[in-house]
Amino acid sequence: MATEKMQKHETQTAITMKKQSQLKEIWRRYKKNRLAMIGLISMLVLIVLVLAADLIEPYEVCITMNLREKLLPPSAEHLFGTDGYGRDILARCLHGGRVSLFIGFTCSIVSMFFGAIFGMIAGYYGDPLDNIIMRIMDVLSAIPNILLALAIVAALGSSIFNLIMALTISHIPGFARVVRSSVLGITGQEYIEAARAGGTGDARILRKHILPNALGPLIVQTTMSVSSMILAAASMSFLGLGVNPPQPEWGSIISEAREFLRTNPTMILFPGICIILASLSMNLIGDGLRDALDPRLKS
Amino acid sequence: MSVPLLETRDLKKYFKVADGELHAVDGVNITIEQGKTLGVVGESGCGKSTLGRAILRLIEPSGGDVLFEGKSIIGLGKKEMREMRKKMQIIFQDPYSSINPRMSVAEIIAEYMIVNKVYPTKQEIWNQTARLMDTVGLASRLAGAYPHELDGGRRQRIGIARALSLGPKFIVCDEPVSALDVSIQAQILNLLMDLQDEFGLTYMFITHDLSVVRHISSEIAVMYLGQCVERAPTDQLFENPQHPYTQALLAAIPEPDVEMRNKEIKVIRGEVTSPVNPKPGCRFAARCEYATEACSGADPALRDLGGGHFCACTLEHVKAAQS
Amino acid sequence: MSDVLLQVRDLSVIYKTDLETVHAVNGISFSLERGKTLGLVGETGAGKTTTALTLMRLLPERIGIVEQGEIEFEGQELLALPENEMREIRGEKIAMIFQDPMTSLNPVLTVGEQIGEALSLHNFSKKSKEEIEARVDEVLTLVGIPAGRKKDYPHQFSGGMKQRVVIAMALACEPDLLIADEPTTALDVTIQAQVLLMMRDLRDRLGTSMIMITHDLGVVAQTCDTVAVMYAGEIIEQGTLLDIFKGERHHPYTTGLFGSIPSLRGHSKRLSPIAGLMPDPTNLPDGCRFWPRCPHCTERCKTEHPGTYVDGTHQVCCHLFTEGGSK
Repeated sequence: MATEKMQKHETQTAITMKKQSQLKEIWRRYKKNRLAMIGLISMLVLIVLVLAADLIEPYEVCITMNLREKLLPPSAEHLFGTDGYGRDILARCLHGGRVSLFIGFTCSIVSMFFGAIFGMIAGYYGDPLDNIIMRIMDVLSAIPNILLALAIVAALGSSIFNLIMALTISHIPGFARVVRSSVLGITGQEYIEAARAGGTGDARILRKHILPNALGPLIVQTTMSVSSMILAAASMSFLGLGVNPPQPEWGSIISEAREFLRTNPTMILFPGICIILASLSMNLIGDGLRDALDPRLKS
Repeated sequence: MSVPLLETRDLKKYFKVADGELHAVDGVNITIEQGKTLGVVGESGCGKSTLGRAILRLIEPSGGDVLFEGKSIIGLGKKEMREMRKKMQIIFQDPYSSINPRMSVAEIIAEYMIVNKVYPTKQEIWNQTARLMDTVGLASRLAGAYPHELDGGRRQRIGIARALSLGPKFIVCDEPVSALDVSIQAQILNLLMDLQDEFGLTYMFITHDLSVVRHISSEIAVMYLGQCVERAPTDQLFENPQHPYTQALLAAIPEPDVEMRNKEIKVIRGEVTSPVNPKPGCRFAARCEYATEACSGADPALRDLGGGHFCACTLEHVKAAQS
Repeated sequence: MSDVLLQVRDLSVIYKTDLETVHAVNGISFSLERGKTLGLVGETGAGKTTTALTLMRLLPERIGIVEQGEIEFEGQELLALPENEMREIRGEKIAMIFQDPMTSLNPVLTVGEQIGEALSLHNFSKKSKEEIEARVDEVLTLVGIPAGRKKDYPHQFSGGMKQRVVIAMALACEPDLLIADEPTTALDVTIQAQVLLMMRDLRDRLGTSMIMITHDLGVVAQTCDTVAVMYAGEIIEQGTLLDIFKGERHHPYTTGLFGSIPSLRGHSKRLSPIAGLMPDPTNLPDGCRFWPRCPHCTERCKTEHPGTYVDGTHQVCCHLFTEGGSK
C-alpha cells in the first residue's frame, strides 16, 4: 500500500512537472526568435504605458480644450504637440491607446470564443449542422467587415459596446473556419476513435481531445487578429462610427487631424505610429507563437 | 456446444462514394470462441479494418448482425452500448495517431477509467494506472512523459494498457505490430500472448502479415474485397489452403530461408479490383487462373469442408471434398 | 576475377543541428561486385538510408556531414567529385528508388514525360526526340507496363504500378548501380511478389548491381548475394547470404533479429526478441553499441569497441569471437 501511494504520488507530480516543462519548452523556442521577442517587448511597453496613462497625464488633460495652445508643434511641454483644440496629443494617444487596445483584445477574444464553438460543432458533428453553420458564416464573410460593422453601428448607434459587437460578429467566420479545418483533421485521427471505443461522450471528446489539439492555430489566429481589430477599430473611429468625441481613440485622433494634414503633419504622425507599432508587435508575436507552438515547423 | 463469444451474421458495411456504393464489408460470417484468436488476413482495401470497427460499432454496420455472448449489440442504445464497450476493446495500428499527443502517458491510460467512473476515487484510478503500466511493461517513471518522447513500441504499449483498463473480454487488434520494427514487433506479440494467457482474452487479430497471423492465431479468416473467402484452423489453412487466392497469398510471401530462394514464385496476375458496385459473383475471378463461367452470376457461398474448414469457391475440388 | 564496382571504406556520417549531433553512420566499410546484390539490413534508425543518401551525395545540405571515409565507385572517389560531375553520375550511373512510390512521382506530369525527362537530362549520346520516346516505351515494357499507358498520370496507376514506373525511371539510363530503399515495404504481399520477381529478372537480364535496403529478411533471402547487417550506424556482421543465413557464428543482434520473426512453418512458439530499444543516436553507448541489449554482455563489451572476427567471407564485429581471433 505504501509503495502504491508513493507511485501514485510520483505519477501525479510527474504529470504536473511535465505540464510546466511543456510551457517552458514553448517559451524556450519563442525566446530564440529575435523578432518575436522585439514584438513582445514593444507590446508590453505599450500596455504598461497605456495602463499608466493616468500617472503620466490625467484623463482631463486629453479632453479639456485649450484653444490658446492649439496646433503647437512637438516641444518639451507637449512632446507630441497639440491638436486643433489645444489638447495634448501625447495624453490623447495614451488614453486613446487604452480604448484601442481594449477593443482589439476584447474583440479578438470574444470572436475567438464564438468562432471556436461554431467551428468545433461544424467540424465535429458534420452535416447537416456543418452545412448550416458554415453557410451562415459564408454569408457573414461575404459582406465586407467594415460594411457589416458599419451597418450594425448605424442601426444601434455608435458606442464602444456596439463597436465591439460589430467587429466581433464580422470576425467570427474567420475563426470558425480555422477551427473547423483543424477539427476536421483531428477528428480523423485514431485517438478520437479510441476515445469513442472507450465510451467517451461527445462533450468530453470535444473538451479533452479535440480542443487541446486545435488550440495552437487558434492562439496564433487570435494574436494576429488583435492587430486587425485595432486597425478596424481605428478605421471605424476614423469614419466617426466608433467612440464618441471627445473620448480619444487612435483612429479618431487621426480622423480629427485630417483637416490639418497640410499644416501640421506631426498630428497624424504620432497616433499613426502607435497603430503601426501595436499591430506590427502583435503580428510578430503571432508569428513567433506559431513557430514556438508547432515544433514541426522548426528546422 | 457453448455459445461463441462473438459472432457476425451476414455483416455488411457499404459506404456511399461519388460513383456508387463501396462494399467495404459484404456479408461476412465469422465466429470466435472464448479465449481463442481469430486472425483476419487480407491485402489493403479488403475491408478487414472496417470489419473490426463494424463489430465494435465504431462504424455503424449497414446490415447484418453482431452477437456478443449470444446477444445482438446492433440495437443497443447509447447507455447499453457504453456498458458493452467495457467488454470489447480495440488496439490500433498506428501508434502515432492513436494516442492524444497533448495528454501524458498516465492520463491516456487513466482516461477510460475516468470516463466510465469505474473507480470511486482518483487515488484508485492512479493506482490502477500504475498497475496497468507495470502489466504492459512501461516503467513508472514514464507516467508523466508525453507520447512524442516515446518510440513506437512504447506508444503501442500505452494503447494496449488503455485497451486493458476496463477489463475487456474481447479485443480487436487492428494491425497492432505492422508499424513497428521486427525486434519491437516480437516484443509486442509476446506481450499480447502473455496477456491473453493471463486474462483469458479473446482476440480478433487483423493483419496483412501472414507470418504474424500464423504465430498468434488459432483460426484464420482470409478476406478478399469485403468477403471472407476462406476460414480454417491455422495449421489446416497453411498446410492445405483451398481457395486460389489463399494459395496465391501464401506463395507470395518471401521466406527468410535461403533454401526457398530458387523456388518458383507463383505470382498472381493483376491487382485488386475496385470494391465500388461489385458485380455478383466471385470477387477474385478476374485474377484467378481457374476461373470459369460458374464463378460469375452469384456470390459463391462459404462451404463447409469439414474440420472447421470453410471455403467460398466454386471449384470442383471444393465440392469433392465436401461430398 | 572479382570486379569491384563500389568500395566504401570507414565511412562516418553525422547530422548536426544546433541542438544535437546525430551519429547516423559510424565507420562502415563494404564492397559490392559488379552484377551482385548487397542487402543492407537493419531496423529504423540503423543508418541504412543515410548510407544510401551518402552514396548518392544527397545528404541534406549543411546538416548532413560526412566526417570521414572514402566511396570508390568505378575507380572514382565520389566524395571528392565536384557537384556538377556528381550530377552526371547520379541517375546515369547510380540510381535510387525510394520507399514511397506515391511521393517520388510528380503528379502533374505524365509518366512518359517523367521518364523522358530523366533520359534527356543525361542525354550524352545526343539522342533525338524519337529515340527518347522509343526508349520510354522500351523501359515501360521492361517493367511490365504497356507502353500505351505512358500518357497516363501517376494517380491513374495503382500502388504496385507506380512502383514499377519509379523503377522504370531509375532504369531508363541503364545505371550500373541501383539503390533500392525499401522498394516493396509499401506494397501488398502479392504485389510485392510481382515487383521482386520483376527486379530479379531485370537484374539477371541487365546485369545491374543493386543495393537492397530492407528490414525484411524474407526479401533479403529472395534477392541478395551478400548481406550487411546494420545496427546503430555500424555494420555488425556481413558476409554472403549463406554466411548470414546458414553460418554458425553470429552477432547476438543478428541472432535476435532472426529470433524475432515468427516462422511460417512449424508450430508457433514464443518469439525470442531482443530486449530493450535501439540506442539514442545522439548519445551512443561506449564500447560495443549493442551491449545494453546483449544477452552475452561482459565488462569488456562496455568499454572496448570490438574488433572484427573474420572467417573467409564472413565478418562479425563482436568480442565473443575475437578474443583469440584475428584482431
